Amino acid sequence: MSKATTKTSYQLPIGPIHPALKEPVMFEFEIEGERIVNVDVALGHVHRSIEWAGTKRNPVQILYLAERICGICSYCHPMCFALGVEKIAKIVVPDRANYLRIIHAELERICSHILWAGVAAHEVGFDSVLFLTWQMREKALDLTEYLTGNRVTKAITMIGGVRRDITEDMHPKILETLDYFKENFEKLRHVFLDDKTFMLRSQGCGILTKEDALKLCAVGPTTRASGVKKDVRLDQPYFAYGDLDFDYVTPDVLTGEVNGDVYDRIIVRLLEVKQSIELIEQCIKNMPAGEIVAEKKIAKLLATLKKIKGEGIGRMEAPRGEVFHYVKLNESDAPYSWKVRAPTYSNILPWIPMLKGQQIADIPIVAASTDPCMSCTNRVAVVHKNERHILDKEMLHRMSVEKTRRLMT
Amino acid sequence: MRFSMLPQVFAQMFKKPFTNKFPAKYTPDSTTKFMENVQNGKTQIIPPVPPPEGFRGKIQYDKEKCIGCQLCLKVCPSEAIEFKPEEKKIKIYLARCTFCSQCNDICPVNCLSMSKDFLLADTDKYSKELTVE
Repeated sequence: MSKATTKTSYQLPIGPIHPALKEPVMFEFEIEGERIVNVDVALGHVHRSIEWAGTKRNPVQILYLAERICGICSYCHPMCFALGVEKIAKIVVPDRANYLRIIHAELERICSHILWAGVAAHEVGFDSVLFLTWQMREKALDLTEYLTGNRVTKAITMIGGVRRDITEDMHPKILETLDYFKENFEKLRHVFLDDKTFMLRSQGCGILTKEDALKLCAVGPTTRASGVKKDVRLDQPYFAYGDLDFDYVTPDVLTGEVNGDVYDRIIVRLLEVKQSIELIEQCIKNMPAGEIVAEKKIAKLLATLKKIKGEGIGRMEAPRGEVFHYVKLNESDAPYSWKVRAPTYSNILPWIPMLKGQQIADIPIVAASTDPCMSCTNRVAVVHKNERHILDKEMLHRMSVEKTRRLMT
Repeated sequence: MRFSMLPQVFAQMFKKPFTNKFPAKYTPDSTTKFMENVQNGKTQIIPPVPPPEGFRGKIQYDKEKCIGCQLCLKVCPSEAIEFKPEEKKIKIYLARCTFCSQCNDICPVNCLSMSKDFLLADTDKYSKELTVE
């Protein structure tokens, strides 16, 4: 019975399909006992050729295609594309539209962060909190439906503005919902930040140091929780963010110290919900009167876009971090090229330092703590004779140089 | 508090459920039988939460007004609209429609509008309910 055994590490594959992961992603863990020694992440299970489909459609059609890149960021993707096109066509967005755009962007951030909080609670096995947070999210979705016409696919973006105005008589409902959020925010903060269960599971777990966050170019709440002050809204203000009064959200605002663990990421997201509520209030107070879209006639807009040539980029702070769209128009109906970089793309590599040294049971909450969105990230799939290929750095670099040359001609 | 969720959970036990139990409080054994009963007036359906103003549901098409300009075909992101050249009218396949209402915006004579219907599930994607012409 009691034979001497040598301790060896073993491999543990998790994914691509696994109950703890909401979307297909493959982890290969090297485990010693219960501790993770090494991690490898494999992506590319949900490539949908969205960029290719985009080059077969005109810019107005792409707005609705871009909306379907991500179900939760269904506002920032089309808006980011619109920013890129506006830059090429030199369309000046009316002031009122800029404020309306902020209201929708911040409402989406509230929705996304509350949803994430629920998922995080579910991942630590605290499902009663999941229902509490999603009850709040329901109010956010009701408000979204009231303002845009649908709950998830908002279809509010238009190149040069937004499609629907927020009139004076809509203000009471917005303010009422914001009051509801403010009341319940305290409840949520209390449950998440003071509860022993959450503290035990999240403090000192999945640590991403400031150096790693900088080195691996993490974005959004993931990097802010590590103490890096990075936020596109403040670094390079777009819309009307320059007019508003707000600051970077880092965990030391609340606790006075930065650990970069899962607990800090919860703090950052919760504080950002509060910040978003304040931003919407500021917008409603300061919103100027005027037009909501630069060019009302869509047929005319399409005709102008057909005649222009050039390339533009759109950058936005999505709920998960910086989203980036590159558009090249070439005097034709459809754009010549369209490139999307979703925030999760930058947040994949930080998983490796976060997961190293953790316990197996902590994998779901650490993986979920960056709010990953795998389908949004997948942009490349190499299929060749059903064989498995590994493209190394030199190869990828050469291919990207080739692609850039192709785009330049 | 060490377990701050506990009071919430206890309070919730005495509250009404947040969810609207549409279409019935408990899942019926047979959906077809339930629907039959509803049609015969034997059982009552719990109504869905009414959609707000400006909700984008099933498209309504005013055929008389349509001038056959084909602008809606140009902006439809899912190519759900078909042009009938002999009549110079359009046909919309709702199974493909994404309910973005872009065709409503571009229509020069306002012959398209969004209704509040959203219960559009069907087994046949070309059924009469799912095509608008």
